[in-house]
Amino acid sequence: MNALTKPANAAEARRAARDHIATPRLETPFHPRLSALDAVNDWYNWAGCKAPHALFDEELEYFAIRSTAALFDISPMVKYRIDGPDAERYLNRLTLRDVRKLGVGRVHYTAWCDDDGHVLDDGTLFRLGDQDFRLCCQERHLPWLLDSAFGLAVDIREETEEIAGVALQGPTSYAVLAKAGFSGAERLKPFDIGSFAHDGGTVTVSRTGFTGDLGYELFVPRQAALPLWDRLWTAGADHGIRAIGYAALNRTRIEAGFIVANADFVTAEAALRADRVRLPDEIGLDWLVDPDKPNFNGRRAILDARRNQTLKHVLVGLEIEGNIPAEHAFVYHRGKREAGLVTAAIWSPTAKRNVAIASLDRPYGTRFVDDLWVEIYAMRELKYQKMMKRAKIVPRPFVKLARRTATPPGLR
Amino acid sequence: MTSSDAPPSSPKTAAQSYDAIVIGAGHNGLAAAAKLGRSGRRVLVLEAANAPGGAMRGREFAPGFRSAGLAHLVNRLDPEVARDLGIALAATPGPAMPTAVLDGEREPAVLRGAYGETIDGVTADEAAAFSRLRDKLTFQAGILKRFLRRAPPQLGAIGIGDISTLMAAGFGVIRKGRAEGRDFLRMLLMNVADVADEYLEDDRLKGLLAFDATLGIHLGPRSPTSLLGLYYRLTGEADGKAGGQFIPQGGMAAVAPAFLKAAETAGVTIRCGARVGRILADRGKAGGVVLADGSELSAPVVVSAIHPQATFLQLVDAAETGTGFLRAIRHVRSAGNVAKLDLALSRMPSFAGLSGRDHAGRIVIARSMTHVENAFNPAKYGEFSPDPVMEIVLPSLADSTLAPDGACTLSALVQYAPYKLKAGWETGKPAFLRIVIDILERHAPGLSDTILAAELSTPADIEAEYNLPGGHWHHGELQADQLLVNRPTGAASGYATPIEGLYLASAGAHPGGGISGLAGWNAARHILAGDRR
Repeated sequence: MNALTKPANAAEARRAARDHIATPRLETPFHPRLSALDAVNDWYNWAGCKAPHALFDEELEYFAIRSTAALFDISPMVKYRIDGPDAERYLNRLTLRDVRKLGVGRVHYTAWCDDDGHVLDDGTLFRLGDQDFRLCCQERHLPWLLDSAFGLAVDIREETEEIAGVALQGPTSYAVLAKAGFSGAERLKPFDIGSFAHDGGTVTVSRTGFTGDLGYELFVPRQAALPLWDRLWTAGADHGIRAIGYAALNRTRIEAGFIVANADFVTAEAALRADRVRLPDEIGLDWLVDPDKPNFNGRRAILDARRNQTLKHVLVGLEIEGNIPAEHAFVYHRGKREAGLVTAAIWSPTAKRNVAIASLDRPYGTRFVDDLWVEIYAMRELKYQKMMKRAKIVPRPFVKLARRTATPPGLR
Repeated sequence: MTSSDAPPSSPKTAAQSYDAIVIGAGHNGLAAAAKLGRSGRRVLVLEAANAPGGAMRGREFAPGFRSAGLAHLVNRLDPEVARDLGIALAATPGPAMPTAVLDGEREPAVLRGAYGETIDGVTADEAAAFSRLRDKLTFQAGILKRFLRRAPPQLGAIGIGDISTLMAAGFGVIRKGRAEGRDFLRMLLMNVADVADEYLEDDRLKGLLAFDATLGIHLGPRSPTSLLGLYYRLTGEADGKAGGQFIPQGGMAAVAPAFLKAAETAGVTIRCGARVGRILADRGKAGGVVLADGSELSAPVVVSAIHPQATFLQLVDAAETGTGFLRAIRHVRSAGNVAKLDLALSRMPSFAGLSGRDHAGRIVIARSMTHVENAFNPAKYGEFSPDPVMEIVLPSLADSTLAPDGACTLSALVQYAPYKLKAGWETGKPAFLRIVIDILERHAPGLSDTILAAELSTPADIEAEYNLPGGHWHHGELQADQLLVNRPTGAASGYATPIEGLYLASAGAHPGGGISGLAGWNAARHILAGDRR
């Protein structure tokens, strides 16, 4: 049922298990290209993999996403392959949205909860075939996924290491694909999946991304990773293609209003403190919950919380005066009563606004929506400069780009 | 108001729809049905077997010889349940059913009255010491007893009734003074061996306490918390006396009909040979059942009086419950340890040293605490006891219809016989049967020559015969981690389950197994209380 293959004998198994210490950070299939392009040696740990925080300059990398085309290695993203006669029923029980409505060759964003309705993670679900799915997410969930399969005819396996993924994002991303010979990619609408020939095999391309921009995500078996990278890189030469790190991507995801597990909310399995868990409605995911579809994990708890009005938190977008990012700032009501915390904040170069995602304690953010303030502590040469700035609840996304959904997409 | 405001007539035909469907016509199912039926509800009981009674379903195990099922005596029928449902089961007038403890060397120690009010065959000092211990344990069991007749408190929704029960229990603890209260808290999670050693000298009495504390539970007397099993035994009563036991007039075969009659008197319909294939549930709400033959019956309330694992792992669509809940249900420990022996004997056996009259009592073979502990040891490693302990009753003495004239039946509960026998029960059973018969022969010389037929039901057989996962008559281990708010698991510990309209009412629910009727009766009261809770 899982990706662990049975070793030939016990001694071999012990040796294999021991050798993992030789590579405390795994290198992704694209690592040879990333390290060749890397100028700043700024790596971080993404789910056990070595991933670039930045490759040359965070600012310029950001503008590659918004102005030309950016390649971002998403191989460390956790990927599960789920197939079998009950796969649809299984995923409908596991996740919040109605999987029956997800067509073959389509992707949807979704989330899943434990029995108490607390969010375990969010992610994207790819319907590759009638009974064949791929679930991509931030955290690892194999025990939960396997236990959820009890009594259902479904096979689940982790394919994080087998499958390489790369996101191609930005206004010229389609032009890069076209130049690289992905003919037919122009027909892909947002959340569509297409299959294209590559190097004797196929590459799965979805019109998805984490930037709120025009963009694609490409998946290939690990061994086909470098030829795919080279194919895109060559094609992108005239379209301003740049490899980027997470810092730049993070800015665009905040602009797009997307949340990140264990950054904007604590996942139920990671939370050590009983009050840190969140219901979908408490992190802005209420729209995923489909009470009309068949039973799913957490259904009763979520609907009870709605009916009994016991929801404790709310996730909001904030626009803050000034230009100092309010990351992890306190939010106050009337400047004195604590109302929540900013979980992500940037000065948005595209919106030209100081924006933030914040978790507020209800009724702040629901009944009391005015007179909100954030207290920013800016370290200025070993002295905190405290600023109380006015904040206004505004809708997400902070940046909405027509090119994200235009089909056929533009070439520039 | 106009005539169009009248409620529309039900679109469903009356024949297919009920107010409540009870799955399983065991005594708990019948108790639940009777209680619900008495409220005027239309109740249907569905039983897979061809006759009602569940584990008390009698059967002919040899030509002319019948067994009344798994239980061979009554020691915890709840008087409140019996009174409320009109279950008339009483002991034959006369002295209480005794318990004789045999060690094969000395004369038997015979406990008379309710759990040894007097004891024959031990010294006066020892009898007095037993009496002190008995009084203490009965007092302590009495504190716990008040929790049996109501649903366990639901964490996060503690009601006024829960608080009053807890306060009453708290008062009970200190009623006899601070020292007694402290002693209760000291002893609550102790093992029965240490407690018995504090009071007693006689190995037979210690052996009996060890046996009673561990019968049907995967613990040895020296395992931590093993005293809980003895408390549970002493929360039972007969004729108003804690720890008592009896065989009703007409024998154990009269038990199932008494519950059946209570249900039928309450207007309940009982259908046997009607195996439930599936419990219907949609988006967390139960709506009825589908029988194995495909016919559909609807009801807003479905009461499952079968094992919780049989309920959720076999009858409810896995997708209708939560992953965490199902994980907990799967982890309910329910591997039985007791084998049931039925012997057809050509004449009444004679146990050495035992008076003829005392053969009508309960006979326990347990030499000492160590004997019970040693019997348990192999069970930990998936092996049966080479020197098991057992409880014997001669059912045909109370009910002469069970055997032909002059002949006799013998029923024994033998442990330890672990459900998951490493060698497999196919080969294990004949070997274990030989051992058990050898022991019987040692204590009742000549018995083996009178055996006309022998049927040993291992936990695997009990599982198959009664659809009882693990062959465990408590429907799940009766240990500290599977009691009260954790029986069978947190989210289903108050009879209600995560599926609205689906209730648990078997021994797997609070308070546990034994013929008490409490699980079914409590479940029905919980359902009837509805929003008034």
